[in-house]
Amino acid sequence: MAAADTEKKRVLEMVQAAGADEGCVTFVLHEEDHTLGNSLRYMVMKNPDVEFCGYSITHPSESKINFRIQTRGGLPATETLRKGLNDLTDASKHVLHTFEAQVKEFKLKQEEAME
Amino acid sequence: MAAPMRNVDEIRDRVILGEFGVRNVHSTDFPGNYPGYDDTWDLRKFKKNFRLNIAHMDENTLEFDMVGIDAAIANAFRRILLAEVPTMAIEKVFIYNNTSIIQDEILAHRLGLVPIKADPRLFEYRNAGDEEGTEIDTIQLQLKIKCTRNTRAAKDSSDPKELYLNHMVYSKDITWVPIGNQADVFGDSKIGPVHDDILLAQLRPGQELDIVMHCVKGIGEQVAKVVNSRLDTCSREVLRHDDLKNLVKIGRVRDHFIFSVESTGILPPEVLVSEAINVLIAKCQKFLTELESSEME
Repeated sequence: MAAADTEKKRVLEMVQAAGADEGCVTFVLHEEDHTLGNSLRYMVMKNPDVEFCGYSITHPSESKINFRIQTRGGLPATETLRKGLNDLTDASKHVLHTFEAQVKEFKLKQEEAME
Repeated sequence: MAAPMRNVDEIRDRVILGEFGVRNVHSTDFPGNYPGYDDTWDLRKFKKNFRLNIAHMDENTLEFDMVGIDAAIANAFRRILLAEVPTMAIEKVFIYNNTSIIQDEILAHRLGLVPIKADPRLFEYRNAGDEEGTEIDTIQLQLKIKCTRNTRAAKDSSDPKELYLNHMVYSKDITWVPIGNQADVFGDSKIGPVHDDILLAQLRPGQELDIVMHCVKGIGEQVAKVVNSRLDTCSREVLRHDDLKNLVKIGRVRDHFIFSVESTGILPPEVLVSEAINVLIAKCQKFLTELESSEME
C-alpha cells in the first residue's frame, strides 16, 4: 500500500510486503530522525498488542526513517501507530502542564522570598 | 542501610556503574518481559509517578529534574531543545560596500552567527522561493559604518583607540530598519542583537561597511547557527575509592533526569522548554493528521 502522491510531498508512506496481513507494516516517515523515532518506538512497544517495533535511519544523508510495526492477533498496524502517537501526545501534554505549573510556583516563591 | 534490591527490580530500575563499564543501559520495561509486572502504557500511572522539580532559574539558565519519564522521551526533548526550537537569525546579507580587510564571505558568516533578539513566535517562516520577504517573516537590519582619522589625537600617539574613530565594528552598530507595519507592532521592544559587544570587524581610516541584512525564522537543523541553547542532561557522578570498590555497588536511577538549559538570550529558558515540548506535540499531530487523511482515500 505505497502512497504515490506526486503533487504534495508525502511525509508518511506505508510499505507492505505482498501477501502479508495488515499487522506487519513498515512506515516511512520523512523529515524525521531519532528525536521522534526513538520516543515513538518506546510508546508503541508499551502496547501489549505489539509483537515487534523498531526503527532505522536508512542513510544519514537522507532525513527519513523506516518504522516497522508487527502486531499479534491481526490488529491493523495503523491502529497501533495511531495509539502510540496519541499516547506520546498525552504524555508530552502532561509534562508541559506540570512544567508550566512548577515554573509559576517557583516564580511565586522567588517573589515571596524577595519581599 | 536499605536491604539490597531484588535482582529483577534492579534490572528494571537501575543503570549499574561498574569499574570499567556501564551495564543495564537499555529500558526493558515493556509488556511481556517480566511475568507479574504490568508494563502496559497507562497515562494515570504515568501522571501519578511523574514529578518535575525546578532547582534553579534565572534569566539565562534553568535547572530542573524530571523523574518518572523514560530516557527516549527525555532525549527527544533534549534533541529538540538543541536543534529544533525556531529562532530568528541573519540569513541573507546584501553587501553594498565593503572596503575592509575582512572578506565578504567571512563577514557574512560572522554576521550570521550573531544572535538576534526577536521573539520567533511572532514571525512566520518564509515561503521557499520568496526572495524579497514580507513584514511577517523578515527583519531588516543595517550596518553602515565608516572609519575616520581622529584629527584631535596627539601627534606621537600610537594607540588605535586614540588615532581612529569607529575602528572597531561591534554588534551594537547593527541597527533595525522596520519594514511595513513592524514599527507599530514592535515599536516598544528593541529588535537587534542580543549582545552589544560582539566584535565583527576592524577598520582603518577610509574603510567602510554598508550592509543590509535580512533575518528570518529557522531551526537549527537547517541552519547550524540558529542554536538556542546549550543543554546538558547528566546524572551526578559519585566518587569511588579503591578500597571500597568491592563493597559498594553504584547504580543510577534509570528514570531520573537532571536538565540544565542555558539560553543564548533570545528567549528565556523556561519558554524554550515549553516550545520544545510543543514541537514534539506538533510532530505527533502532524503524523496523526497524515494517518487520518490517508485513511480517507
